[in-house]
Amino acid sequence: MSYLEEGFTLRSWLTTRDHKRIAILYAIAITAFFFVGGAAATIIRLELATPQGDLVTADTYNKLFTLHGVVMVWFFLIPSIPATLGNFLLPIMIGAREVAFPRLNILSWYIYVLGGIFVLYTLIVGGVDTGWTFYTPFSTMFSNTHVVEAAIGVFIVGFSSILTGLNFIVTVHRMRAPGMTWFRMPLFVWANYATSIIMVLATPVLAMTLVLLSAERILHVGIFDPALGGDPLLFQHLFWFYSHPAVYIMVLPAMGVVSEIITCFARKRIFGYRFMCYAILGIAGFGFLVWGHHMFVSGQSMYAGMVFSMLSFMVAVPSAIKVFNWTATLYKGSIVFTAPMLYALGFVGLFTIGGMTGLYLASIALDVHLTDTYFVIAHFHYIMVGGSVMAYLGGIHYWWPKVTGRMYNEAWGRMAAIIIFAGFNLTFFPQYILGFLGMPRRYHEYPPEFQVLNLFSSAGAAVLAVGYLLPLVYLGWSLFRGPRASANPWDARGLEWKTSSPPPKDNFVAPPQVDAVPYAYNPEVPPA
Amino acid sequence: MSVAAPEIRPAAWREQTVSLGMWVFLATELMFFGGIFMGYLYLRTQFAGEVAQASRHTHEWLGTLNTAILLTSSFSMALAVRFSQLARRETVQRLLWVTAALGAAFLAVKFIEYAMEWHEGLVPGLHFTIVENARTTALFFFLYFLATGVHALHLTIGIITVLWLSWRLRKPPFPDARADDVEVLGLYWHFVDAVWIFLYPLFYLVSLAS
Repeated sequence: MSYLEEGFTLRSWLTTRDHKRIAILYAIAITAFFFVGGAAATIIRLELATPQGDLVTADTYNKLFTLHGVVMVWFFLIPSIPATLGNFLLPIMIGAREVAFPRLNILSWYIYVLGGIFVLYTLIVGGVDTGWTFYTPFSTMFSNTHVVEAAIGVFIVGFSSILTGLNFIVTVHRMRAPGMTWFRMPLFVWANYATSIIMVLATPVLAMTLVLLSAERILHVGIFDPALGGDPLLFQHLFWFYSHPAVYIMVLPAMGVVSEIITCFARKRIFGYRFMCYAILGIAGFGFLVWGHHMFVSGQSMYAGMVFSMLSFMVAVPSAIKVFNWTATLYKGSIVFTAPMLYALGFVGLFTIGGMTGLYLASIALDVHLTDTYFVIAHFHYIMVGGSVMAYLGGIHYWWPKVTGRMYNEAWGRMAAIIIFAGFNLTFFPQYILGFLGMPRRYHEYPPEFQVLNLFSSAGAAVLAVGYLLPLVYLGWSLFRGPRASANPWDARGLEWKTSSPPPKDNFVAPPQVDAVPYAYNPEVPPA
Repeated sequence: MSVAAPEIRPAAWREQTVSLGMWVFLATELMFFGGIFMGYLYLRTQFAGEVAQASRHTHEWLGTLNTAILLTSSFSMALAVRFSQLARRETVQRLLWVTAALGAAFLAVKFIEYAMEWHEGLVPGLHFTIVENARTTALFFFLYFLATGVHALHLTIGIITVLWLSWRLRKPPFPDARADDVEVLGLYWHFVDAVWIFLYPLFYLVSLAS
């Protein structure tokens, strides 16, 4: 009997402690928020189709991009892969029956929902206009919108990712099956482990920052407003101390997903497995030391800027190791272009472009020109949307048979992957050029000479919207009409493919014993 | 704390798992308080003299008394952990009562102090009457109330949990799982104590440095 048949009532879902069911609860919630954030993006792109501010007012526009950022960052991207695929797969991949703390796991979902309610409340009563970054003193002294309510929502949702991270760390340390040594763990587990460390160490700093911000706004005493003796730079330091590592919360699990998919559909063991592990830890570690590159023009010390610039360049080393290793895995592989593989290859290309343009922004002199332009927007959308969302969708397709027990339609899957890839590039590549030409972010009007590129971008957004709606249709259809999936439809390696699709409540009929390296796709792989 | 039941695990498995969970949680907590300490660091480096002067408004004898009370509570908590390893249920239960009582005494002194500070007009944003170095003093007390308030909240949660655990120990048996709970709660209690060890000099004793 599969975990899906353990109970059919709503109550059996809402009171579950099964990590697989919690993953599905999370998937439903974040999908809803994805389309809320997407709706805001749609209006933004419609407004920017013309140089005049003719669709919405400047105030509404400010609220729209704030809503888009807040929802997409904290309610979609941060929980996306860890809370859904991670929750579902991490225990299975290490041969465990459960996460270490099942009750904390369901609690984390309820905390997420509570935070979400605050943000939706903020939206209903009139929104926030500070941008997702909540920069002071604007957010504490001048904005007339619902900053505190939004901050409370983000504060609350932070604890859901802390609890998920705590659970994953303890699970990986304590719940591994006999024989599952650290260097036999799949890279997806490594990636989620490193992500969890970031969640646990960075998120509380954001929480305290938001407490300070709310206190300053409510009491008019504070440490961020220069008029009161405070320092806005302190806010930026505290904010980016979380929000830069948060980028790695979004992209590391994506790298984990892509590693699993590429090695499977190249039919070849991942190249440089240990270096992939070290690179994951390296990115997580360096990620804590580079936050100041968001502040090159803020007036922080020039010497601090130089150090942050150098450290930011160093993040490129482990990131490049990963890209090279994926490429080397493909080399002489027997590549199968399934839908998950198309998403994964799309990730590699888009992540590379996003990463390389990150180096432009890490160079102080160039950054002075590019700060607050569309170049920045294009850069981080290449990482977060081109990277994380592509990988998330790839992972959803790859593990769909395992999670649901049904096969989706492969042709539709490939078509959606190609549409999303094309739509994404059409949307965001013009923004690199716009930014380089000097178009600033966060304005609802722009000079007429930028219109052609903006039209490309808006047209691309329409293509992207179709691409994102398609999976809802054919994946939804497959839930009811898709052919039954076998335990291992991709002939993949890894413990999750050794149990039935969908897995039983306790994941395995008999406790698994591990005695080999991961990804033994080519038979000549030597034992560990 | 509920932990997924393992198939075959050694006896120490549960203890090590719950205490790892607590250590990871304390790492989160440390970073949470870190935000306040960063704010303090900024204030202290920018306005060293004014911070020391503002600190003279605190009631350092009450702060010292509270430090003694909290350290003693940590002592009784440490004893409770030791006796739980020896499975001395009744002793553990009594020691937990002592720990909770000392924690409550700390809170009582803290609230007397808060009341005095309210009457002295030291509460920024609500009732603040200090004129000399008004802005820096307001900032200092803003951080003071935030830090000690968050600390008091943690202590309150600790007291409630200690009382709850002591209630669960009111009659036998005394399984290993309860002993693990005492140990893990002890980690939390000592952490809350350790935070105070830092808050005490930063807010009460910094006046001596001027």
